[in-house]
Amino acid sequence: MWAYVVRRCLIGVILILAMTLVTFALFFATPIDAARYACGKNCSEEQRNITRAALGYDKPVVEQWAGFIQGLFVGRDFPLDESQREAAPDQVTHCGAPCLGYSSFNAKTINELVADALPVTVSLAIVALVLWLIGGVLFGIMAAINQGSFLDRGIVGATLVIYAFPSFAIAVFLLNYVAIKWGVFPYPKYTEIADGGVFEWFGNLLLPAVTLALLFLAGYVRMTRAFVLESLTEDYIRTANAKGLSQGKVVFKHALRAALTPLVTMAGLDFATLLGGAIITERVFNYPGLGLLTIQANAASDLPVMVGVVLLAGSFVILANIIVDVLYAVIDPRVRVA
Amino acid sequence: MSDTTTAAATSVAPASTETVLSVENLKMHFPVKGSGVIRRTVGHVKAVDGVSFEVAKGTALGLVGESGCGKSTTGRMVTRLYKPTEGKINFEGTDIANYTGRQLHPMRREIQMIFQDPSTSLNPRHTVGSIIGAPLRIHKMVPKDKVLSRVQELLEIVGLNPEHYNRYPHEFSGGQRQRIGIARALTLQPKLLVADEPVSALDVSIQAQVINLLQDLQKEFDISFLFIAHDLAIVRHFCPEVAVMYLGKIVEIGDRESIYERAHHPYTQALLSAVPDVKQAAIGGRRERIRLEGDVPSPINPPSGCHFRTRCAIAKDICSVVEPPLLQIGKKHKVACHFPGEIHQHPEKPVTAPLLGVDEFGAPDPGASPAEVPGDGPGYADTWYDLANNSRGRA
Amino acid sequence: MSDVSNTLGGTPTKDGAFLSVRDLKVHFTTSDGIVKATDGLSFDLERGKTLGIVGESGSGKSVSSSAIMGLHRGTNAKLSGEILLDGVDLLHVSDEEMRKRRGRDVAMIFQDPLSAMHPYYTVGNQIMEAYQVHNDVTKREARKRAIEMLDRVGIPQPDRRVDDYPHQFSGGMRQRAMIAMGLINNPSLLIADEPTTALDVTVQAQILDLLQDLQRDFDAAIIIITHDLGVVAEMADDVLVMYAGRAVEYGPGKEILTHPEMPYTWGLLSSVPDLTASTEAKLIPIRGNPPSLLNPPPGCPFEPRCDHVAKVGGDLCKTVLPELTPARSGGNHTKRCHLENPDEVYEAEILPEIAPDLVED
Repeated sequence: MWAYVVRRCLIGVILILAMTLVTFALFFATPIDAARYACGKNCSEEQRNITRAALGYDKPVVEQWAGFIQGLFVGRDFPLDESQREAAPDQVTHCGAPCLGYSSFNAKTINELVADALPVTVSLAIVALVLWLIGGVLFGIMAAINQGSFLDRGIVGATLVIYAFPSFAIAVFLLNYVAIKWGVFPYPKYTEIADGGVFEWFGNLLLPAVTLALLFLAGYVRMTRAFVLESLTEDYIRTANAKGLSQGKVVFKHALRAALTPLVTMAGLDFATLLGGAIITERVFNYPGLGLLTIQANAASDLPVMVGVVLLAGSFVILANIIVDVLYAVIDPRVRVA
Repeated sequence: MSDTTTAAATSVAPASTETVLSVENLKMHFPVKGSGVIRRTVGHVKAVDGVSFEVAKGTALGLVGESGCGKSTTGRMVTRLYKPTEGKINFEGTDIANYTGRQLHPMRREIQMIFQDPSTSLNPRHTVGSIIGAPLRIHKMVPKDKVLSRVQELLEIVGLNPEHYNRYPHEFSGGQRQRIGIARALTLQPKLLVADEPVSALDVSIQAQVINLLQDLQKEFDISFLFIAHDLAIVRHFCPEVAVMYLGKIVEIGDRESIYERAHHPYTQALLSAVPDVKQAAIGGRRERIRLEGDVPSPINPPSGCHFRTRCAIAKDICSVVEPPLLQIGKKHKVACHFPGEIHQHPEKPVTAPLLGVDEFGAPDPGASPAEVPGDGPGYADTWYDLANNSRGRA
Repeated sequence: MSDVSNTLGGTPTKDGAFLSVRDLKVHFTTSDGIVKATDGLSFDLERGKTLGIVGESGSGKSVSSSAIMGLHRGTNAKLSGEILLDGVDLLHVSDEEMRKRRGRDVAMIFQDPLSAMHPYYTVGNQIMEAYQVHNDVTKREARKRAIEMLDRVGIPQPDRRVDDYPHQFSGGMRQRAMIAMGLINNPSLLIADEPTTALDVTVQAQILDLLQDLQRDFDAAIIIITHDLGVVAEMADDVLVMYAGRAVEYGPGKEILTHPEMPYTWGLLSSVPDLTASTEAKLIPIRGNPPSLLNPPPGCPFEPRCDHVAKVGGDLCKTVLPELTPARSGGNHTKRCHLENPDEVYEAEILPEIAPDLVED
């Protein structure tokens, strides 16, 4: 088992390195002069060159990438140009490993930016995950065990409607009506647990998390319904019935257990995707998470931030894949032994 | 199909002795990967571990054995769906065991396969006409405009309505689907058909239809069969010659009478005694059954010496030390056992010991000189080991 | 219970019959019409005896046994008739009452023990579950009982294997474990649905031996459902041959296998080769395919495949469903066929084909 995890992690690291290379190649293939944006609008040619040297943009892409990788493992000092560092030692910013880069636009290392934004996104993703898993599995089972009934059709129909709504529409509706007009919830504003306690943290997260959860809920209801229906036709369900087990035990202990495997896989990967930032939701609710950071970086053509966020989001997905595979072994004993 | 000439040609001693397929020391070892960070090969599943046999033109050799004995893997090697780890597959005199890519193309025409489950081995999205016609197009056997008429001809041969060529497999019943599978296999006029459990997925009343069809086709087109099945009665009915496999090896091979009337290997005897028999209801009671205890051992770590010894009632010391060779004991009868004999008549001393140059406990015997073991090869030798006199016999 | 036989015209209820099925019908409503999977089935079974139900896929044999288990409850199946188990009509007890009987009074083992066991729970866990649902015992007691049962059905080192998962067992061991699960509550009726079809012959022999052995110990009635006449010959006291949802021949096993009087039974016997038959002769298959159970024709369901229609004369076979009537050979043997002299046809035409050595001069 451990050998398997180690092997997967090694492959994961190689994947991440490859991903950064591709990202670098893509971003620096664009005609945008990153140094111009980094330096600001009223920048002279000379200042621009200084910025370029400070960020290392004067070097070939591969060399920049090598520097980036070096930063990931041992950290870096900005500005990158040694003469500039010597000229103004008090302006040097140290970015410890794993260094994701430096945004001269924000005058901060990307690690600092991420450290501010990540807790917001993680909180949002966790609450959303819990909401959509509970909702999806419950409604899915309800639909499955009442297959063909009014309730089943109602649930399936409702998921179709939710599917059809774009998430920004749901977000705007929740914000404008539920929060502002009807005042059911206070205007959501991210508060850390340390500041306001769990309840305030949760209450403030609820509306944006519901927006995100609805986005996934529909899919999970339908998947749960399909998987439970499928496992209800399995021979071992007949065995469970033949033993005289109650309907509840048959459904929850036997059918759901088997349906859980694909659900866990999907949930793990969807959760990882969310960790990369929920761009629309964070934008509408003005939540300072990774999504909002990405939007701002994009608007400002702040390339280092983009690269950093892409790397982070990609790493989450790769990590989630590994975790899901390990979970698989926990859920399914056949995988464990093989 | 319901021809009046019901006497099966197969059971009459074949006139031709021409060999179509000769397999020699065929092995298939699947690697087992370790669980370390670097996945080294830590062992092998010896699915097939050195089998040799011959199939004569126009006859059928039955491969029987329980699941995991390697009979299907052997079939897949003969059709070259698998590449053998070792050994020779002489098809009409040429060794095809190591053929690759293009070389295999012409040979695929000659050796075809019929699969067990007709509902999963036919593509549900293709019409029957395109399934049967595909080999014709791939091998450019007939001009394009003649494909349809050939397909209809084939449907007629296997007893289906030729007008149904544009139907889909799901529109047919299980038995009819197996006929489609047979028609597809016949398309290229093969010389050898490998039939892997061709009737075990069918209802009993349908099984007989398909078996009769295969016999008619064999007679009409002079096709040789490698017939793989676990049903001993059906194999007995279809195959004049039978090989019994256990854990990757042939333990007994011979003509029908030798295997079913005078089985000399304890495993064959156990297998035969386990088949439930309708007729005993008339007589009442059960015939004597040889109970096999436990399960087939893992092919990754097969027992030393004789593979069957762990479940064998007559196993002695020598069985765990020396592997019994496949010894020819009759004109067409070979057995791999140190104590070959009919039920309750197994010899006390290992008859193989002197031939192998060991004593009766399997230890090397400096006094004895190993002799050539009769029957060491795919076919049958003219001389064999006569069990009655412990000497060489002759045809 | 006494007047049942009058209304049905079938075999009268035997005294002391422990299980008595009367005119059982299982009909499924589909979009194409009503599928009459089982259509008027009656039989009796005593404790300690074995009934073999023989038939091909779609003959209604599995549907009928599921009906006895009450497994059609909650589906769109319409059931009628009576299933009397020890005097109680299982068709008319409440769902909760039926659930309590399932696994305690009637147990079932299935064809493929790999798919019939949950892959994610240990074998022991699944056996314990069957015990705990009907007995108020602690986990420790249930586990002890599970190990006992595994030992009884011949699993080596049961205290260790109890914690294995199904995939770690061989096919034969899995079926043994299923039997342990079925018998753990000491049921009075065990239904074995093709219990050995997925197994190799030597393992099949082990399992059949085990079932007979356990039947003596537990004094259970066993229904064994199979397509293999050989298995029936070894196991069954009584045999019921089913075709298209109906019993076509029913009686003592020896009678049915030696003096069958229904052409379908003849077909089953002649289409299967055995280990002693002549290999010169061709197999005699049954023509055509089993009929659809949707809108069956009015006559004998076997008529389209039967070689003996001409002997009956007229279009009786095509238009009138034959009743289940006593066979010519007498006894408790009944058959569903219009033939006047099936015993003579069998002696003259069928027996020489399937067992020339048994033909009396």
